[in-house]
Amino acid sequence: MLFYSFFKTQVGQQVTVELKNDLAIQGVLESVDQFLNIKLRDIHVVDAERYPHMLSIKNCFIRGSVVRYVQLLPSTVDTALLQDAARREAQSTQQMSQTKAAAVQA
Amino acid sequence: MSFAPQFFTTAESLVGSLDRKLLVVLRDGRKIIGVLRSYDQFANLVLQDSLERIYVGDAYGDIERGVFIIRGENVVLLGEIDEDIEDALPLRQLPIQDILEMQREEAEEKARRDKLRLQLLHKQGFS
Repeated sequence: MLFYSFFKTQVGQQVTVELKNDLAIQGVLESVDQFLNIKLRDIHVVDAERYPHMLSIKNCFIRGSVVRYVQLLPSTVDTALLQDAARREAQSTQQMSQTKAAAVQA
Repeated sequence: MSFAPQFFTTAESLVGSLDRKLLVVLRDGRKIIGVLRSYDQFANLVLQDSLERIYVGDAYGDIERGVFIIRGENVVLLGEIDEDIEDALPLRQLPIQDILEMQREEAEEKARRDKLRLQLLHKQGFS
């Protein structure tokens, strides 16, 4: 949920998505979902001549499972907020596993 | 964390792409162009009037494929085809037999180069 929430804050920003098949696409993040599927609009393919099939594509939907990296602008990222959120998430999952272990023992 | 069935959230659904001509890139490198008729939470797709487009150099060729059901795990991306750009593509369309021949030649050439590269690396001590 953490990364889904984080990407939601990035909607509207320029991002570059690098896929596992080495294709890299720059575009505006239009939306993201719980699987971290990504929708980009007004895309620009990096090294476009290697990928002629992408010439007539302006918007695309990228399946989350094929993403290797999502490159963002550092100025748009509040790292302190992220760290905080990660800490809270870690605490809550720790609590969840503790209560589960207690329930199993009981 | 909810354990409800995994449906697309409204912000992310492919419903806007239904009945549109799309390009689907698959994990095996194939490019399928067709009209999206149906999808589900796994990104399984049903494409109608689809064709497989093979690109070699500055040319391409199409193979008619009819109705395609694609399992979501094989999908890399879906692209909405902009018809205006599509009509003015700098690529030329060739008969599919020529394209397949060109593809074969390109694959052979690549195999030769890779073999040479492997031999050179082997000589250097890499196996």
